[in-house]
Amino acid sequence: MTEQATIAAIAPVGGASSAPDLRRSFTERRALRSVILTAGAWIAAAIASVPLFSVLYMLIVQGGSRLSLDLLTELPPAGFELGGGFGNAIVGTLVMVAIAAVISIPIGVLAATYLAELDPDGRLASGARFLAKVLTGFPSILAGVFVYAILVLAMGSYSAWAGGISLAVLMLPTVVLTAEEAMKTVPRRMKDAALGMGCTRTQMIWKIVLPTALPGILTGVMLGVARVAGESAPLLFTALFSNYWLSSLREPTASLSILIYNFSSMPFDNQIELAWAASLVLVLIVLVFNILSRILGRSKI
Amino acid sequence: MAANAFERAAPPGAITHPPSSSDYLVDRGFRLLAVCGASLIILLCAYILWKIGGQALPAIYNHHLGFLTSTNWNVQEAKFGILPEIWGTLYSSLLALLIGGFFGLTVAIFLTQDFLPPKVALVFRTIIDMLAAIPSVVFGLWGIFVVIPAIRPIANWLNETLGWIPFFGTSLSGPGLLPAALVLAIMILPTVAAISQDALHLVPYRTKEAAYGMGTTHWEAILKVMVPTAAGGIASAMVLGFGRALGETMALAMLIGNSNQINLSLFAPAQTLASLLASHFPEAGQVEVQALMYAALVLLAITLVVNMMGTAILTFAQRRISGRS
Repeated sequence: MTEQATIAAIAPVGGASSAPDLRRSFTERRALRSVILTAGAWIAAAIASVPLFSVLYMLIVQGGSRLSLDLLTELPPAGFELGGGFGNAIVGTLVMVAIAAVISIPIGVLAATYLAELDPDGRLASGARFLAKVLTGFPSILAGVFVYAILVLAMGSYSAWAGGISLAVLMLPTVVLTAEEAMKTVPRRMKDAALGMGCTRTQMIWKIVLPTALPGILTGVMLGVARVAGESAPLLFTALFSNYWLSSLREPTASLSILIYNFSSMPFDNQIELAWAASLVLVLIVLVFNILSRILGRSKI
Repeated sequence: MAANAFERAAPPGAITHPPSSSDYLVDRGFRLLAVCGASLIILLCAYILWKIGGQALPAIYNHHLGFLTSTNWNVQEAKFGILPEIWGTLYSSLLALLIGGFFGLTVAIFLTQDFLPPKVALVFRTIIDMLAAIPSVVFGLWGIFVVIPAIRPIANWLNETLGWIPFFGTSLSGPGLLPAALVLAIMILPTVAAISQDALHLVPYRTKEAAYGMGTTHWEAILKVMVPTAAGGIASAMVLGFGRALGETMALAMLIGNSNQINLSLFAPAQTLASLLASHFPEAGQVEVQALMYAALVLLAITLVVNMMGTAILTFAQRRISGRS
């Protein structure tokens, strides 16, 4: 904008002879537009928060009404059966998430130390960082397809292992990227002090960087767990589903999300109610990890 | 083992000691492990591409590129084509981006541009982030029992009165494109909002002060200064949101109706690549699995390109802004 245009924009019309009127008038077109847009933003923000409350309301009303201790200890009912629960699905979900965590956390933290400490600007680090970011947007169903191709076909059966590994593929990029961010926040002078005392880089990483960045790394781990605990697409054809208790990691395994998917299309009220109750339990599990990550993330350096 | 230079220089009986040879060995080993960890990410990506591509090879050999333009999915005759799925994927994702992108960007502006006190804005941001924590399958269930009944009367009224417009050409009998796109929009909203907020936060405050100093109103400063300055980050938010929508599976498999057809109507059932995989894979025989692998490869290629674009734009935009301030 030129200087003259700026003055013209501030000065009200017809202020040529007298001093410009600097008071703000709400009836002016520009001010009015601002007010209308502000109202629009409030309305849009209100609309955007409706779905969350609607989902939570339905979960509490529909799922909460059915919630009882039997749900957690009984097996899923067949067609016309009444009652039943989804204890095996809770166990299955937790077991597969644990497998995913055990695989992806060590690899993720190792990769993150390389990205953050050992060679942050190197070609390997830049490539790995870029691909990790791309992997965060990797469609979860393709993780299932991938593990189906490498494991299910080879082992000849659906299994908890396959489910857990497909979840690990999805969890890995979250762990790597958040752990890297956490390690980068460790002050440079602490690392320099350690190196100046004669530490090797490994000692510096183990004694200074990892303990200091631990809250941040745990935040990433919890976020990763929260993300994969609710996943169902990768489990569809890796873990499949089972109506029985988990007896071996090499067998098809039940999970809460697949139970919800299966039951949602059934014409029986009992199954629909169970699907809502399972949704409530699943959301509670995911929220617990989410809140844990927030609490851990708050105690920053 | 030969002592290193530090060990030779150390006085005997000193309390402190330099790194011993074994310390150096551990150091070597650990660094090697870390290199392996980082390489594993790259290897994993390559292995995914190679494995899915390898499984799809027989189908690529049988169907060639005609697979992409054929509308037939017939297991008995072993004739497969995914044009309806590509259409459904792009149509539903674009609709979701239109709705979710608008609301996501508005929320981002609302939360970063001094409409709320910082503490209230943080609470609101947490609420929006919580949306991202709800599992896809729960959104699907919610869509079946809340969204579809809620929009069915409106959809059918639109079809009766404005049926001559192709978008309202059919009635909504149950699952369909619109409920799927609406739920998809809700699911990408947190992604778009979070990345846009970060982009807007990156713009230095004095840029806005300068705009105010020029006599702009609150919204003129936002729309003519803040948003254009953060345009790179906002664009990447849209692209990454779009990428998320393309690959979303469960909610769509539950809501879109799984019907193999191309229809402009918002209320007709449709099919996406991801929901095709979800609904056909578990019961597929060998020939169909190969065709599904081909479809998975197409989905992988589309999402990889979109996500790489989004990530590249984001990296570029962040570098440009932080380089300037």
